[in-house]
Amino acid sequence: MSILISKDTRFIVQGITGREAINLTRENLDYGSKIVGGVTPGRAGRDVYGVPVYDCVRDIVKAHGAVDGSIVCVPPRFTQDAVFEALENEVKLIVVVTENVPRREVAQMVELAELRGARIIGPNCLGMISPDEAKMGGIGGPAANTRQAYTPGNIGVMSRSGGMTTEIASTLTNAGLGQSTAVSIGGDAIIGSSYAELMPLFEADPDTKAIAIYSEPGGRMEAELADWIRTNKSRLPVVAFMAGRFMDEMQGMRFGHAGTIVEGVEDTTAEKIKRMEAAGISVAERIEEIPELLRKRLAEVN
Amino acid sequence: MRFYEYEAKALFARHGLPMGASRVVESAAAAREAFDAIGGPCVLKGQVLSGGRMKAGAVKFADTADEAAAHFDAIMPVEVKGQKSRSVLVESKSEIVQEYFAAVTWDGRAKRPVLVFSDMGGIDIEEVAETHPDHVSKTHFSSILPLSPRVAKEAIGATGVTGSDLNRLTPIIFELMQLFLRYDLTLAEINPIGKLADGRFIVLDGHIDLEAEARGIHKELLDELGIGDDETRQARPPTEFEIAGARVNAVDHRGVAGNVVEFDGNLGLVIGAGGGSLTLFDAVRKHGGKPANYCEIGGNPSVSKARELTKLILGKPGVERIAVMMNVVSNTRVDIVARGVVSGCIESGKDPAEAIAIFRIPGAWEDEGFKILEKYGVEYCDRSVSMYEAAGRAVAKMGAGS
Repeated sequence: MSILISKDTRFIVQGITGREAINLTRENLDYGSKIVGGVTPGRAGRDVYGVPVYDCVRDIVKAHGAVDGSIVCVPPRFTQDAVFEALENEVKLIVVVTENVPRREVAQMVELAELRGARIIGPNCLGMISPDEAKMGGIGGPAANTRQAYTPGNIGVMSRSGGMTTEIASTLTNAGLGQSTAVSIGGDAIIGSSYAELMPLFEADPDTKAIAIYSEPGGRMEAELADWIRTNKSRLPVVAFMAGRFMDEMQGMRFGHAGTIVEGVEDTTAEKIKRMEAAGISVAERIEEIPELLRKRLAEVN
Repeated sequence: MRFYEYEAKALFARHGLPMGASRVVESAAAAREAFDAIGGPCVLKGQVLSGGRMKAGAVKFADTADEAAAHFDAIMPVEVKGQKSRSVLVESKSEIVQEYFAAVTWDGRAKRPVLVFSDMGGIDIEEVAETHPDHVSKTHFSSILPLSPRVAKEAIGATGVTGSDLNRLTPIIFELMQLFLRYDLTLAEINPIGKLADGRFIVLDGHIDLEAEARGIHKELLDELGIGDDETRQARPPTEFEIAGARVNAVDHRGVAGNVVEFDGNLGLVIGAGGGSLTLFDAVRKHGGKPANYCEIGGNPSVSKARELTKLILGKPGVERIAVMMNVVSNTRVDIVARGVVSGCIESGKDPAEAIAIFRIPGAWEDEGFKILEKYGVEYCDRSVSMYEAAGRAVAKMGAGS
């Protein structure tokens, strides 16, 4: 079992003829994902690694029936329109890869998704993977590299950094801990699915026994997770790694992702660590401490 | 990116928000002229991006033109949190009977814009929220449904404001909500809004932050305000080194090799990606290392970008070595980065084996990358060495070398 995607998930790629999209299409196919079609306006009739290209999402649905998901991989100024197009064609799971989409446009996408009962992952993310089942997005890179870093198992992974999702999974794999599903949730200030919004899915997945997260300065997402765990008395032990501790003394400077900026006390790593620890989350100072902390917490549960 | 007060007010003026007469001046003589043109008591305010102007002495009141000129000379040298004023805003001084606060910002948790309103303006809003919670309202509104003034009315009414005050404030606050969405702002604040003795309201001070990602969309506005592309408007102005870093990244559109921030240490960092750089910077500091810079590479940058970034960092005075480190990479190719940094060292006249303290980038195309590094005798490691450990090795070398 896993969350969000499995080997049966049928999805499409919007912007499929772009450089990055061509790569991730091949990598996803190689990994065993089912991609039924792609969209690039004006390029109908072509194919990308055997995936037929259409002018719009509607034409894919007409030819192949309803699809479960879409990867949106188009330039920033076309992103909102692409997401709206997917939503209005009843796609319920949308991974937005694109970086540098202004917050207003993201908020509007998320609000329409709520109205349509759909879920957005990202923007500014690498997607997600249920190891040995399927992946959706650039997460893990080429299939061989992906298999090296990700192995099936019982740890759910969520990360505001795409690259660090793989670093954490690789560390878990090397320590003999596999993953149920790993989600790169995106590095922007407003994203479709926060840690707390994905927790109920992991909570309901019998194969997920613990959670590892990557967090950083900026925003209220860690506080939201702490609140969720407390309110819902989660069965899942959570271990968090906190990066960017040096930023606590550098108010107003932007490092890393768009969502990473310290504008007030609540944005600092010190404050986030305090809140997470108060909710029972173990906070690691180094990535390599995560497996040991997970084992310790898992032993306490059993 | 933050606007100066005079820029925020220019935007407010474009949309008809009521304000006192004002002029931006850059000399004492111009301050005198402005005073005469406005004709009456004025307030002079230093134009800096940080708050706390009043306390620092960058806001002064003038009753005569001579005073205005003297105040200009007094304000310009004042440092407000390390920054000097770029100019002075001379504005007519109004008699205020009450002050109000209004701001629109994004609530990342609710994923909606939120309007914060208070009838106790002019002071720290966080403090008001704690001491007088019934005088602060927070109202979320939709970013896709048509905007409606009733949101402003409800937000104002929630603090107990009624009568003609409610009806006169509503259009001002509604305009602020519209501005917020129209210009992709991350903060649109008026603090304070002043009520005059005759019952009218005027904007006394404003604070605008425009989202950096939306600069392209609002180029016309930025041009009109005279805000150049190179103005980052962060907590401090960019250094020469940082501007050069931005130039490296702008050379081609392939991947990222930039977001350079200058520090004063001796260990140059060629690190990535977004989250990996934060992790590695912490790790270097934890080991007692002194970073010369922060930066980010990722998204599979071209060889030339990696090379130019390497040259920039190696060329920074005081830099003895560089550490090249990333998290396990997915879409960035290890061999491309390896080729870039090695040739960057050579073009800087340095031996890559000496100049590169450690190379820790595991992932896609690592075998090809490691082959290049071996050829040049560069110390490298794979994923079995953690990011923290790799940073430790780099820092240890600095100790041995100096």
